[in-house]
Amino acid sequence: MTGMNSAAEQGLCSCHVCNLVSRLEQGTGQAHCPRCGASLHYRKPGSVARCWALLISAYILYIPANLLTIMETGSLLKYRKDTIVSGVVELWKTGSWGIAIVVFIASVTIPLLKLISLTLLLVSVQRRSRWRPRQRTRLYRLVELVGRWSMLDIYVVALLAALVQLGNMATVKAGPAALAFGAVVVLTMFASMQFDPRLIWDPIQKEST
Amino acid sequence: MEHHSAQLIACHDCDLLQREIPLKKGCAASCRRCGAVLYRNATDSIDRTLAYTLAAAVLFVIANLFPIFAIEVQEAGSEINLFGAVQSLWDKQMHSVSLLVFLTTILIPALELITMTYLLLPLKFRHIPAGSYILLGMLKIVKPWGMIEVLMLGVLVSLVKLTSSFKVIPGIALWSFAALTLLLAAAAATFSARDVWERLDSKGDKEVAA
Ligand SMILES: [Zn+2]
Ligand SMILES: [Zn+2]
Repeated sequence: MTGMNSAAEQGLCSCHVCNLVSRLEQGTGQAHCPRCGASLHYRKPGSVARCWALLISAYILYIPANLLTIMETGSLLKYRKDTIVSGVVELWKTGSWGIAIVVFIASVTIPLLKLISLTLLLVSVQRRSRWRPRQRTRLYRLVELVGRWSMLDIYVVALLAALVQLGNMATVKAGPAALAFGAVVVLTMFASMQFDPRLIWDPIQKEST
Repeated sequence: MEHHSAQLIACHDCDLLQREIPLKKGCAASCRRCGAVLYRNATDSIDRTLAYTLAAAVLFVIANLFPIFAIEVQEAGSEINLFGAVQSLWDKQMHSVSLLVFLTTILIPALELITMTYLLLPLKFRHIPAGSYILLGMLKIVKPWGMIEVLMLGVLVSLVKLTSSFKVIPGIALWSFAALTLLLAAAAATFSARDVWERLDSKGDKEVAA
Protein backbone atom coordinates (compact mmCIF):
# COMPACT_ATOMS: atom_id res chain seq x y z
CA MET A 1 0.00 0.00 0.00
CA THR A 2 2.10 2.88 -1.20
CA GLY A 3 0.84 6.44 -1.46
CA MET A 4 -2.55 7.62 -0.34
CA ASN A 5 -5.31 5.51 -1.82
CA SER A 6 -8.92 5.74 -0.90
CA ALA A 7 -10.96 2.57 -0.66
CA ALA A 8 -13.37 3.85 -3.31
CA GLU A 9 -10.56 4.19 -5.90
CA GLN A 10 -9.75 0.51 -5.41
CA GLY A 11 -13.38 -0.46 -5.88
CA LEU A 12 -13.58 -1.20 -2.18
CA CYS A 13 -16.29 0.00 0.13
CA SER A 14 -16.50 -0.05 3.89
CA CYS A 15 -19.80 -1.01 5.47
CA HIS A 16 -21.46 1.86 7.36
CA VAL A 17 -22.70 -0.52 10.03
CA CYS A 18 -19.87 -2.97 10.71
CA ASN A 19 -16.93 -1.25 8.93
CA LEU A 20 -16.01 -4.37 6.97
CA VAL A 21 -14.18 -3.51 3.75
CA SER A 22 -15.48 -5.48 0.78
CA ARG A 23 -15.40 -5.25 -3.03
CA LEU A 24 -18.36 -3.43 -4.48
CA GLU A 25 -19.42 -5.18 -7.71
CA GLN A 26 -20.39 -2.72 -10.39
CA GLY A 27 -23.68 -2.91 -12.25
CA THR A 28 -25.28 -5.59 -10.12
CA GLY A 29 -27.84 -3.25 -8.63
CA GLN A 30 -28.02 -3.01 -4.86
CA ALA A 31 -24.90 -4.38 -3.15
CA HIS A 32 -24.96 -5.76 0.39
CA CYS A 33 -22.32 -6.21 3.06
CA PRO A 34 -21.18 -9.86 3.17
CA ARG A 35 -20.96 -9.73 6.97
CA CYS A 36 -24.04 -7.87 8.19
CA GLY A 37 -26.19 -7.46 5.09
CA ALA A 38 -26.38 -3.64 5.21
CA SER A 39 -26.60 -1.96 1.81
CA LEU A 40 -23.23 -0.71 0.55
CA HIS A 41 -22.46 2.69 -0.95
CA TYR A 42 -19.11 4.34 -1.69
CA ARG A 43 -20.52 7.58 -0.26
CA LYS A 44 -23.74 8.32 1.59
CA PRO A 45 -26.34 8.55 -1.21
CA GLY A 46 -27.70 12.04 -1.88
CA SER A 47 -25.57 13.41 0.91
CA VAL A 48 -25.08 16.97 -0.35
CA ALA A 49 -28.66 17.54 -1.52
CA ARG A 50 -30.23 16.15 1.67
CA CYS A 51 -27.82 18.05 3.86
CA TRP A 52 -28.66 21.33 2.06
CA ALA A 53 -32.40 20.70 2.40
CA LEU A 54 -32.13 20.07 6.15
CA LEU A 55 -29.76 22.99 6.62
CA ILE A 56 -31.97 25.50 4.79
CA SER A 57 -34.98 24.39 6.85
CA ALA A 58 -32.88 24.90 9.97
CA TYR A 59 -31.88 28.42 8.84
CA ILE A 60 -35.53 29.34 8.30
CA LEU A 61 -36.61 28.04 11.72
CA TYR A 62 -33.64 29.71 13.37
CA ILE A 63 -35.39 33.08 12.88
CA PRO A 64 -38.58 32.35 14.91
CA ALA A 65 -36.46 30.38 17.40
CA ASN A 66 -34.63 33.58 18.29
CA LEU A 67 -37.41 36.15 17.85
CA LEU A 68 -40.27 34.43 19.64
CA THR A 69 -40.70 33.80 23.36
CA ILE A 70 -39.09 30.65 24.71
CA MET A 71 -40.29 31.06 28.29
CA GLU A 72 -42.96 33.10 30.08
CA THR A 73 -42.49 33.65 33.78
CA GLY A 74 -45.21 35.19 35.88
CA SER A 75 -45.68 35.84 39.57
CA LEU A 76 -47.72 38.26 41.68
CA LEU A 77 -45.01 40.87 41.43
CA LYS A 78 -43.58 40.57 37.97
CA TYR A 79 -44.30 39.08 34.59
CA ARG A 80 -41.74 38.58 31.86
CA LYS A 81 -41.39 36.99 28.48
CA ASP A 82 -37.95 35.79 27.52
CA THR A 83 -36.38 35.00 24.20
CA ILE A 84 -33.27 32.84 24.16
CA VAL A 85 -30.96 35.86 24.21
CA SER A 86 -32.91 37.88 26.78
CA GLY A 87 -32.92 34.81 29.03
CA VAL A 88 -29.13 34.74 28.92
CA VAL A 89 -28.94 38.49 29.59
CA GLU A 90 -31.25 38.10 32.59
CA LEU A 91 -29.06 35.30 33.99
CA TRP A 92 -26.01 37.54 33.56
CA LYS A 93 -27.73 40.45 35.32
CA THR A 94 -28.75 38.30 38.29
CA GLY A 95 -25.13 37.38 38.81
CA SER A 96 -25.18 33.77 37.59
CA TRP A 97 -22.27 34.40 35.24
CA GLY A 98 -21.09 30.81 34.98
CA ILE A 99 -24.53 29.51 34.05
CA ALA A 100 -25.11 32.48 31.73
CA ILE A 101 -21.95 31.54 29.81
CA VAL A 102 -22.94 27.86 29.64
CA VAL A 103 -26.41 28.72 28.33
CA PHE A 104 -24.97 31.24 25.88
CA ILE A 105 -22.58 28.64 24.45
CA ALA A 106 -25.24 25.93 24.22
CA SER A 107 -28.10 28.03 22.86
CA VAL A 108 -26.41 30.74 20.81
CA THR A 109 -22.84 29.80 19.89
CA ILE A 110 -23.34 26.11 19.07
CA PRO A 111 -26.39 26.48 16.78
CA LEU A 112 -24.63 29.29 14.89
CA LEU A 113 -21.39 27.31 14.71
CA LYS A 114 -23.30 24.34 13.30
CA LEU A 115 -25.19 26.34 10.68
CA ILE A 116 -22.10 28.22 9.50
CA SER A 117 -19.77 25.20 9.60
CA LEU A 118 -22.12 22.96 7.65
CA THR A 119 -22.67 25.69 5.05
CA LEU A 120 -18.92 26.11 4.68
CA LEU A 121 -18.37 22.36 4.42
CA LEU A 122 -21.13 21.93 1.83
CA VAL A 123 -19.94 24.83 -0.32
CA SER A 124 -16.31 23.65 -0.18
CA VAL A 125 -17.32 20.09 -1.10
CA GLN A 126 -19.47 21.26 -4.00
CA ARG A 127 -16.65 23.43 -5.36
CA ARG A 128 -14.33 20.43 -4.97
CA SER A 129 -12.04 22.58 -2.88
CA ARG A 130 -8.61 21.25 -1.92
CA TRP A 131 -8.27 23.78 0.90
CA ARG A 132 -7.11 22.37 4.25
CA PRO A 133 -8.93 19.03 4.20
CA ARG A 134 -7.60 18.01 7.60
CA GLN A 135 -8.93 21.15 9.27
CA ARG A 136 -12.28 20.80 7.53
CA THR A 137 -12.55 17.19 8.71
CA ARG A 138 -11.78 18.39 12.23
CA LEU A 139 -14.47 21.06 11.94
CA TYR A 140 -16.94 18.35 10.93
CA ARG A 141 -15.97 16.22 13.94
CA LEU A 142 -16.44 19.24 16.20
CA VAL A 143 -19.93 19.86 14.79
CA GLU A 144 -20.84 16.20 15.40
CA LEU A 145 -19.46 16.34 18.93
CA VAL A 146 -21.04 19.54 20.24
CA GLY A 147 -24.33 19.56 18.32
CA ARG A 148 -26.35 17.72 20.95
CA TRP A 149 -25.59 20.28 23.68
CA SER A 150 -27.94 22.82 22.10
CA MET A 151 -30.79 20.78 23.52
CA LEU A 152 -29.97 22.32 26.92
CA ASP A 153 -32.54 25.13 26.75
CA ILE A 154 -35.35 22.73 25.84
CA TYR A 155 -34.67 20.67 28.97
CA VAL A 156 -34.43 23.74 31.19
CA VAL A 157 -37.79 25.01 29.94
CA ALA A 158 -39.37 21.56 30.32
CA LEU A 159 -38.15 21.18 33.92
CA LEU A 160 -39.04 24.71 35.05
CA ALA A 161 -42.48 24.67 33.44
CA ALA A 162 -43.39 21.40 35.15
CA LEU A 163 -42.06 22.41 38.54
CA VAL A 164 -43.54 25.80 39.07
CA GLN A 165 -46.93 24.75 37.75
CA LEU A 166 -47.97 23.45 41.20
CA GLY A 167 -47.02 26.47 43.23
CA ASN A 168 -49.59 29.26 43.04
CA MET A 169 -46.97 31.97 43.48
CA ALA A 170 -45.42 31.67 40.07
CA THR A 171 -46.04 30.14 36.70
CA VAL A 172 -43.56 29.23 34.00
CA LYS A 173 -44.81 28.48 30.51
CA ALA A 174 -42.92 27.21 27.49
CA GLY A 175 -43.27 29.58 24.55
CA PRO A 176 -43.52 28.89 20.81
CA ALA A 177 -39.76 29.42 20.35
CA ALA A 178 -39.17 26.17 22.24
CA LEU A 179 -40.78 24.31 19.36
CA ALA A 180 -38.82 26.21 16.69
CA PHE A 181 -35.56 25.89 18.59
CA GLY A 182 -36.08 22.16 19.17
CA ALA A 183 -36.67 21.77 15.44
CA VAL A 184 -33.43 23.66 14.66
CA VAL A 185 -31.46 21.31 16.93
CA VAL A 186 -33.02 18.19 15.41
CA LEU A 187 -32.66 19.43 11.81
CA THR A 188 -29.00 20.40 12.22
CA MET A 189 -28.28 17.05 13.87
CA PHE A 190 -29.85 15.24 10.91
CA ALA A 191 -27.94 17.53 8.53
CA SER A 192 -24.58 16.75 10.09
CA MET A 193 -25.41 13.02 10.03
CA GLN A 194 -26.24 13.27 6.33
CA PHE A 195 -22.97 15.00 5.49
CA ASP A 196 -20.27 12.62 4.29
CA PRO A 197 -16.80 13.83 5.40
CA ARG A 198 -15.14 11.56 2.81
CA LEU A 199 -16.37 14.00 0.16
CA ILE A 200 -13.85 16.52 1.55
CA TRP A 201 -11.02 14.17 0.54
CA ASP A 202 -12.28 13.06 -2.87
CA PRO A 203 -10.85 16.01 -4.88
CA ILE A 204 -7.44 15.45 -3.28
CA GLN A 205 -7.47 11.86 -4.46
CA LYS A 206 -8.03 12.82 -8.09
CA GLU A 207 -4.99 15.07 -8.42
CA SER A 208 -2.41 13.04 -6.54
CA THR A 209 -2.93 9.93 -8.69
CA MET B 1 -13.60 -15.93 5.00
CA GLU B 2 -11.11 -14.21 2.71
CA HIS B 3 -12.23 -10.70 3.66
CA HIS B 4 -10.88 -11.15 7.19
CA SER B 5 -7.38 -12.32 6.32
CA ALA B 6 -6.91 -9.14 4.26
CA GLN B 7 -7.50 -6.99 7.40
CA LEU B 8 -8.07 -3.85 5.42
CA ILE B 9 -9.69 -0.87 7.02
CA ALA B 10 -11.06 2.25 5.35
CA CYS B 11 -11.10 5.46 7.38
CA HIS B 12 -14.69 6.51 8.11
CA ASP B 13 -13.80 10.18 7.75
CA CYS B 14 -11.50 10.25 4.68
CA ASP B 15 -11.82 6.74 3.14
CA LEU B 16 -8.05 6.16 3.19
CA LEU B 17 -7.38 2.45 2.80
CA GLN B 18 -5.05 1.16 5.48
CA ARG B 19 -3.86 -2.16 6.85
CA GLU B 20 -4.77 -3.01 10.42
CA ILE B 21 -1.87 -3.47 12.79
CA PRO B 22 -1.99 -5.24 16.17
CA LEU B 23 -2.14 -2.76 19.06
CA LYS B 24 -0.91 -2.83 22.63
CA LYS B 25 -3.61 -2.88 25.32
CA GLY B 26 -5.30 0.46 25.74
CA CYS B 27 -3.83 1.96 22.57
CA ALA B 28 -5.73 3.38 19.64
CA ALA B 29 -4.93 3.43 15.92
CA SER B 30 -5.56 6.69 14.13
CA CYS B 31 -5.80 7.45 10.44
CA ARG B 32 -2.45 8.63 9.09
CA ARG B 33 -4.09 11.09 6.73
CA CYS B 34 -6.89 12.78 8.72
CA GLY B 35 -6.18 11.66 12.29
CA ALA B 36 -9.55 9.98 12.94
CA VAL B 37 -9.49 7.21 15.54
CA LEU B 38 -9.90 4.00 13.53
CA TYR B 39 -10.05 1.40 16.28
CA ARG B 40 -8.88 0.77 19.83
CA ASN B 41 -7.57 -2.21 21.67
CA ALA B 42 -9.95 -1.87 24.59
CA THR B 43 -9.19 -4.16 27.53
CA ASP B 44 -12.05 -6.61 28.22
CA SER B 45 -14.34 -4.34 26.26
CA ILE B 46 -17.38 -6.64 26.44
CA ASP B 47 -17.14 -7.46 30.17
CA ARG B 48 -16.51 -3.89 31.25
CA THR B 49 -19.17 -2.36 29.04
CA LEU B 50 -21.66 -4.92 30.32
CA ALA B 51 -20.83 -4.04 33.94
CA TYR B 52 -21.25 -0.31 33.29
CA THR B 53 -24.46 -0.92 31.36
CA LEU B 54 -26.07 -2.99 34.12
CA ALA B 55 -25.15 -0.42 36.76
CA ALA B 56 -26.47 2.35 34.51
CA ALA B 57 -29.75 0.47 34.02
CA VAL B 58 -30.34 0.32 37.79
CA LEU B 59 -29.60 4.03 38.15
CA PHE B 60 -31.80 4.83 35.16
CA VAL B 61 -34.79 3.19 36.88
CA ILE B 62 -34.09 5.04 40.14
CA ALA B 63 -33.63 8.34 38.28
CA ASN B 64 -37.04 7.92 36.68
CA LEU B 65 -38.93 6.84 39.80
CA PHE B 66 -37.79 9.51 42.23
CA PRO B 67 -38.12 13.31 42.13
CA ILE B 68 -35.22 15.30 40.67
CA PHE B 69 -35.78 18.21 43.01
CA ALA B 70 -38.52 19.95 44.92
CA ILE B 71 -39.22 23.58 45.73
CA GLU B 72 -40.96 25.05 48.71
CA VAL B 73 -43.40 27.86 48.02
CA GLN B 74 -44.56 29.13 51.40
CA GLU B 75 -46.19 26.07 52.99
CA ALA B 76 -46.94 24.28 49.72
CA GLY B 77 -44.28 22.15 48.08
CA SER B 78 -43.84 21.14 44.47
CA GLU B 79 -41.62 18.33 43.28
CA ILE B 80 -40.81 17.05 39.88
CA ASN B 81 -39.65 13.91 38.15
CA LEU B 82 -38.65 13.50 34.53
CA PHE B 83 -41.85 11.90 33.33
CA GLY B 84 -43.86 14.55 35.15
CA ALA B 85 -42.03 17.20 33.10
CA VAL B 86 -42.86 15.36 29.87
CA GLN B 87 -46.50 15.05 30.92
CA SER B 88 -46.92 18.68 31.89
CA LEU B 89 -45.56 19.81 28.51
CA TRP B 90 -48.03 17.47 26.82
CA ASP B 91 -50.90 18.87 28.88
CA LYS B 92 -49.93 22.40 27.90
CA GLN B 93 -50.33 21.53 24.21
CA MET B 94 -46.57 21.49 23.59
CA HIS B 95 -46.84 18.01 22.07
CA SER B 96 -43.76 18.07 19.83
CA VAL B 97 -41.46 19.44 22.54
CA SER B 98 -42.87 16.95 25.04
CA LEU B 99 -42.25 14.12 22.57
CA LEU B 100 -38.72 15.35 21.89
CA VAL B 101 -37.89 15.36 25.61
CA PHE B 102 -39.49 11.93 26.07
CA LEU B 103 -37.56 10.39 23.17
CA THR B 104 -34.15 11.84 23.97
CA THR B 105 -34.13 11.35 27.74
CA ILE B 106 -36.41 8.36 28.43
CA LEU B 107 -37.23 6.14 25.46
CA ILE B 108 -33.92 6.10 23.58
CA PRO B 109 -31.66 5.76 26.66
CA ALA B 110 -33.93 2.92 27.86
CA LEU B 111 -33.81 1.18 24.47
CA GLU B 112 -30.05 1.63 24.35
CA LEU B 113 -29.56 0.08 27.81
CA ILE B 114 -31.88 -2.84 27.03
CA THR B 115 -30.25 -3.51 23.65
CA MET B 116 -26.72 -3.37 25.08
CA THR B 117 -27.62 -5.81 27.85
CA TYR B 118 -29.40 -8.11 25.40
CA LEU B 119 -26.33 -8.14 23.13
CA LEU B 120 -23.50 -8.21 25.65
CA LEU B 121 -24.83 -10.63 28.26
CA PRO B 122 -25.02 -13.64 25.88
CA LEU B 123 -21.78 -12.59 24.14
CA LYS B 124 -19.96 -12.70 27.46
CA PHE B 125 -20.93 -16.39 27.71
CA ARG B 126 -20.07 -16.90 24.02
CA HIS B 127 -23.61 -17.18 22.71
CA ILE B 128 -24.92 -15.13 19.84
CA PRO B 129 -28.21 -13.40 20.59
CA ALA B 130 -30.80 -13.51 17.80
CA GLY B 131 -30.97 -10.44 15.59
CA SER B 132 -27.62 -9.10 16.77
CA TYR B 133 -26.64 -7.73 13.33
CA ILE B 134 -29.81 -5.68 13.04
CA LEU B 135 -29.57 -4.51 16.67
CA LEU B 136 -25.97 -3.34 16.25
CA GLY B 137 -27.03 -1.34 13.20
CA MET B 138 -29.97 0.12 15.12
CA LEU B 139 -27.78 0.99 18.09
CA LYS B 140 -25.51 3.02 15.80
CA ILE B 141 -28.50 4.99 14.47
CA VAL B 142 -30.16 5.80 17.80
CA LYS B 143 -26.99 6.47 19.80
CA PRO B 144 -26.67 10.21 18.97
CA TRP B 145 -30.26 10.78 20.16
CA GLY B 146 -29.80 9.64 23.74
CA MET B 147 -28.99 12.85 25.62
CA ILE B 148 -28.84 12.06 29.33
CA GLU B 149 -25.66 14.14 29.80
CA VAL B 150 -27.30 17.21 28.27
CA LEU B 151 -30.33 16.68 30.51
CA MET B 152 -27.97 16.57 33.50
CA LEU B 153 -26.62 19.98 32.56
CA GLY B 154 -30.19 21.18 32.07
CA VAL B 155 -31.03 20.04 35.61
CA LEU B 156 -28.07 22.03 36.99
CA VAL B 157 -29.03 25.16 35.07
CA SER B 158 -32.64 24.86 36.32
CA LEU B 159 -31.38 24.49 39.88
CA VAL B 160 -29.35 27.68 39.66
CA LYS B 161 -32.26 29.56 38.10
CA LEU B 162 -34.60 28.41 40.87
CA THR B 163 -32.34 29.04 43.85
CA SER B 164 -32.59 32.79 43.23
CA SER B 165 -36.30 32.82 44.13
CA PHE B 166 -37.12 29.52 45.89
CA LYS B 167 -35.85 27.14 48.49
CA VAL B 168 -34.77 24.11 46.45
CA ILE B 169 -34.41 20.59 47.86
CA PRO B 170 -32.39 18.21 45.69
CA GLY B 171 -33.99 14.78 45.20
CA ILE B 172 -32.66 11.24 44.86
CA ALA B 173 -32.99 11.35 41.08
CA LEU B 174 -30.61 14.32 40.91
CA TRP B 175 -27.75 12.21 42.31
CA SER B 176 -28.85 9.23 40.23
CA PHE B 177 -28.71 11.31 37.04
CA ALA B 178 -25.24 12.55 37.94
CA ALA B 179 -23.95 9.00 38.50
CA LEU B 180 -25.83 7.77 35.42
CA THR B 181 -24.10 10.40 33.28
CA LEU B 182 -20.68 9.17 34.45
CA LEU B 183 -21.57 5.50 33.93
CA LEU B 184 -22.92 6.11 30.43
CA ALA B 185 -19.73 7.98 29.53
CA ALA B 186 -17.67 5.07 30.89
CA ALA B 187 -19.76 2.55 28.94
CA ALA B 188 -19.37 4.57 25.74
CA ALA B 189 -15.61 4.81 26.28
CA THR B 190 -15.11 1.07 26.83
CA PHE B 191 -17.58 -0.16 24.21
CA SER B 192 -15.87 -1.30 21.06
CA ALA B 193 -18.21 -2.34 18.25
CA ARG B 194 -15.19 -3.89 16.53
CA ASP B 195 -14.72 -6.38 19.39
CA VAL B 196 -18.39 -7.32 19.21
CA TRP B 197 -18.20 -7.88 15.46
CA GLU B 198 -15.05 -9.97 15.92
CA ARG B 199 -16.75 -12.13 18.49
CA LEU B 200 -19.80 -12.52 16.26
CA ASP B 201 -17.49 -13.55 13.39
CA SER B 202 -15.46 -16.11 15.31
CA LYS B 203 -18.61 -17.61 16.77
CA GLY B 204 -20.33 -17.65 13.39
CA ASP B 205 -17.40 -19.52 11.81
CA LYS B 206 -17.41 -22.16 14.52
CA GLU B 207 -21.12 -22.72 14.14
CA VAL B 208 -20.70 -23.18 10.39
CA ALA B 209 -17.81 -25.62 10.94
CA ALA B 210 -19.66 -27.65 13.57
ZN1 LIG C 1 -21.52 -4.67 7.32
ZN1 LIG D 1 -8.81 9.30 7.69
